[in-house]
Amino acid sequence: MTTATDELHHDDHHHDHKPSGIMRWLLTTNHKDISSLYLWFAFIMFLVGGAMAMVIRAELFQPGLQIVEPDFFNQMTTVHGLIMVFGAVMPAFTGLANWMVPLMIGAPDMALPRMNNWSFWILPFAFAILLSSLFMEGGGPNFGWTFYAPLSTTYSNDSTALFVFSVHIMGASSIMGAINVIVTILNMRAPGMTLMKMPLFVWTWLITAFLLIAVMPVLAGAVTMVLTDKYFGTSFFDAAGGGDPVMFQHIFWFFGHPEVYIMILPAFGIISQIVPTFSRKKLFGYASMVYATASIALLSFVVWAHHMFTTGMPLFGELFFMIATMLISVPTGVKVFNWVATMWRGAISFEMPMMFSLAFIVLFTIGGLSGLMLAITPVDFQYHDTYFVVAHFHYVLVTGAVFSIMAAAYYWLPKWTGKMYDTTLAQWHFWCSLISVNLLFFPMHFVGLAGMPRRIPDYALQFADFNKWISIGGFAFGLSQLIFLALLIKACRKQGEPVSDQVWEGAEGLEWEVPSPAPYHTFETPPVVK
Amino acid sequence: MSEQQYEKYYVPASSPWPIVGAVALFFMAVGAGNWVVEIKNGSDGFGLHTLAFGALILTVMLVGWFKDQIHESMTGMHGDQLGRSYRQGMAWFIFSEVMFFCAFFGALFYARVFSVPWLAGASNNAETFNVLWPTFEAMWPLTTTPGGTTTEAMGWMGLPLYNTIILLISSFTCHFAHVALEKGDRAKLKAWLGFTIVLGLIFLFLQVEEYIHAYQEMGLRLDSGIYGNTFFMLTGFHGFHVTLGTFMLIVMFFRVLKGHFSHDNQFAFQATSWYWHFVDVVWVCLFFVVYVF
Ligand SMILES: [Cu+2]
Repeated sequence: MTTATDELHHDDHHHDHKPSGIMRWLLTTNHKDISSLYLWFAFIMFLVGGAMAMVIRAELFQPGLQIVEPDFFNQMTTVHGLIMVFGAVMPAFTGLANWMVPLMIGAPDMALPRMNNWSFWILPFAFAILLSSLFMEGGGPNFGWTFYAPLSTTYSNDSTALFVFSVHIMGASSIMGAINVIVTILNMRAPGMTLMKMPLFVWTWLITAFLLIAVMPVLAGAVTMVLTDKYFGTSFFDAAGGGDPVMFQHIFWFFGHPEVYIMILPAFGIISQIVPTFSRKKLFGYASMVYATASIALLSFVVWAHHMFTTGMPLFGELFFMIATMLISVPTGVKVFNWVATMWRGAISFEMPMMFSLAFIVLFTIGGLSGLMLAITPVDFQYHDTYFVVAHFHYVLVTGAVFSIMAAAYYWLPKWTGKMYDTTLAQWHFWCSLISVNLLFFPMHFVGLAGMPRRIPDYALQFADFNKWISIGGFAFGLSQLIFLALLIKACRKQGEPVSDQVWEGAEGLEWEVPSPAPYHTFETPPVVK
Repeated sequence: MSEQQYEKYYVPASSPWPIVGAVALFFMAVGAGNWVVEIKNGSDGFGLHTLAFGALILTVMLVGWFKDQIHESMTGMHGDQLGRSYRQGMAWFIFSEVMFFCAFFGALFYARVFSVPWLAGASNNAETFNVLWPTFEAMWPLTTTPGGTTTEAMGWMGLPLYNTIILLISSFTCHFAHVALEKGDRAKLKAWLGFTIVLGLIFLFLQVEEYIHAYQEMGLRLDSGIYGNTFFMLTGFHGFHVTLGTFMLIVMFFRVLKGHFSHDNQFAFQATSWYWHFVDVVWVCLFFVVYVF
C-alpha cells in the first residue's frame, strides 16, 4: 500500500514539472495550488481582521475611553470591515471556487490558469499596502469601510490615496477571478454536464461571478471619484461644485448591495451541497433553487438605496426601495424552505459540515429576518446606524458567510488532504464558536434597539452590562478560531484517518469520484456525465 | 455529435509573468498613492519614481507574457476550446469596462437630473436653496457652480463632431480589415488595419487639441465644477481607452506584417477589434450625453 502510493506520488511528481519550494507557489498555474493559496490567505486575513475586532471590543468593554484613541478606533472599524469583506470572505469563496468548480464540472483546470495566478498574487500586495498605511504618519483610513464622502474626501488623511489604489487592485483581482470562474463554468463543463445538471455551488458561483463583473468596476469608479475629489479638485461629492455627497452613497451602494449577495450566494451553494449529502436525499426543488438565486441576483441591482433611507430621497424612492428589498425575502425564503424540505424525513447524520450548515440555516435566517425589519423605511429611521444594523449584518456575514465557509472547509478538507480532520477539535471549534458568536452578536440587537450608535468608541452607561458580555463573546469567538487554526495545521500535515474517495456516505457528484486526496491534475480527459 | 474528439486543454505548466505583474502593480500603487499626495504637498520625487519603476516592470511583464502567448499560439498549442475561453474572457472584460463607464455616466446623470436642480430648490429642497446658495441658478451645462466657479460649455460642432465621424469610420475600417482577414486577402487586411490606426491617431490628436483649447481658451478645466468633472473624466478615460486600443491595433499590424493570423487563428485580432468597437460605442454615447444634450 505504502509503496503503491509512493510510486504513484513519484510518478505524479515526475509528470508535473512543478518547481519545488516557494517557486512552486509563486509561479503556479494549478487551480488546486492557487486555491490553497487563496484559502490560507483568506484565513490569515480573517485572523488579522479579527484581531482588529478584538481591539474594538476591548475598547467597548467598558464605557469611557480607555485603550485606544478615537481616531485609531475609527481606523480599526474601517480596516476591520475592509479586510473581512475583501480580504477574508471574498478570497475564501474564490478559493473554494478554484478548488471545487473544476472538480464539480469535470474540467482539467480553470479556463485561464495564468490569469488565475495573477488574480491571487496581486491580493497580498494590495493588503500589504492597506495595512501598512495604518503605520503612516496621520494614520490609516478612518472613514468606515463604506468611505462615505465627505469623510473620505474633505476630512480624510493622506492615506486615502493608498487606500484608493489598494482597492483598485482588490477590484482587479475580483474581476479577474470572476471572469475566470464564469468562463470555466460556461466553457469547460464535461460532456453531458448540462447547465441544469450543475451542482448548486457551481450555479451560485456562476451568478456571483456575473455580479462581481457587473459591480466591482462601479466600486473602482467610486474610489476614483473620491481620489479626484480629494486630490484633483473635482466636486462629484461636493455641493459647491454642483455635485452631491448623497451621490457617493448612490454609487457606492449600487456596488454595495450586490456585494453583500456576492458574499452570500456562494454560501447558499455550499449549504445546498452539504444538506442533501447528510440528509441522504436529493436536494428538494433544484430548479427553484436556481431560479431563486437568479432572482436574488437580479433584484440586488434595484434595492441599493435601502442603505440610505435616512439620508433623504423623494418619497417615491423610499417606497420603491422598501418594497423591492422586501421582495428579496421571497426567493430567500424559497431557499430556506428547500433546505428544510430536503432534511424532512431524511436519514440525517450530524457530521461537522452538517452541524455548521444547520447553524447556518437557523442563524442566517435570524439575520435575514432582522434585514427584513431594516427594510421597512419608517422603522429604519429608528434602527439606522445603531448596533441593530451591526447585529444584522454580522448574523448574515459571520454566522452566514463565514459559517458556510467553515462548513465547506470541513466538507471538502478530507477530499483535499485525503485524511479525516481531527473530529474532537472540530467539535470544540463548533460548539465554542456557536455559543460565543451568539453571545457576541445577539445582545447587539438589544443595545441597538435601545439606541446605541455604531462606530463610536464610547457609549452611555445603560449599555455597559450588555457590552461587557458582547466583548466576552467576542474574545471567546476570536479564541475559538485558534482551535480551527490548529485543526487546519494538523490537516495540512496530513495527520488523521485516511478517507475513501467518496468520503461521505451520502455524497454525490464528480468531485467524489476522483481519488482522495485529489491528484495534482484531475479530469485531463473529461468524464462523461449521464 | 457522435465520437467527439477531445483535444487536451492547454494548461500552462507554470509562468513567471503573473508574479512579476503583481510586483509591478504593487510598485505602481505605492508610487501613485505617494505621488498624488506629493502633488499637493510638494514633491520629493519618491512617488513618481516608484510609479515609473512599477510601470517599467509592468511593461516588461506585458511584453514577456504576450511573447509567450504568441509563441504558444503560433506553435499550435491553443485548441478550439481554449480559443473560446479567451473570447469569452475578453467579452466579460469588455462588459466590466462598460460598467466602469456606467459609474461615470451615472454621476453625470445624477448631477443633471438631481443634484443641480435640487441645489436650485427643485423638488422639496427650497430650504437647501435658501440657506446654502440663494443666488444659484440651475442650468446644464453648469457654467456657474454654486460656489461661484465659472466656465464655458464645449459645443458639439467642430472637433467633437469630426471626432465622432472619424471614430465611426474607424469602426467600419476595422470591420473591413477583419473581413479581409477572413477572406485571406492580406493586402487589404494591411491597408484597412493601417487606415484604422491612422484614424485612431487622428482622433487622439484632435482630442488633445480640444483639451488644450478647453484649458487655455475656454477656462474649462477638470476642477471647473461637476460639468468639467464629468466632461474630463468621461472623455479622459475614453481617450485612455482609445490610446490602449490604438496601441493594440499597432501590435496587430506588426503581427500581420509578420504573417500572423488566419481564419482559424485570430483571437488577438478579434479581441482588438471588439475592443475597438467598444471604444467606439462608448464615444457615441459620450458624444450625445456629454456634448450634444
Ligand atoms: Cu443592501
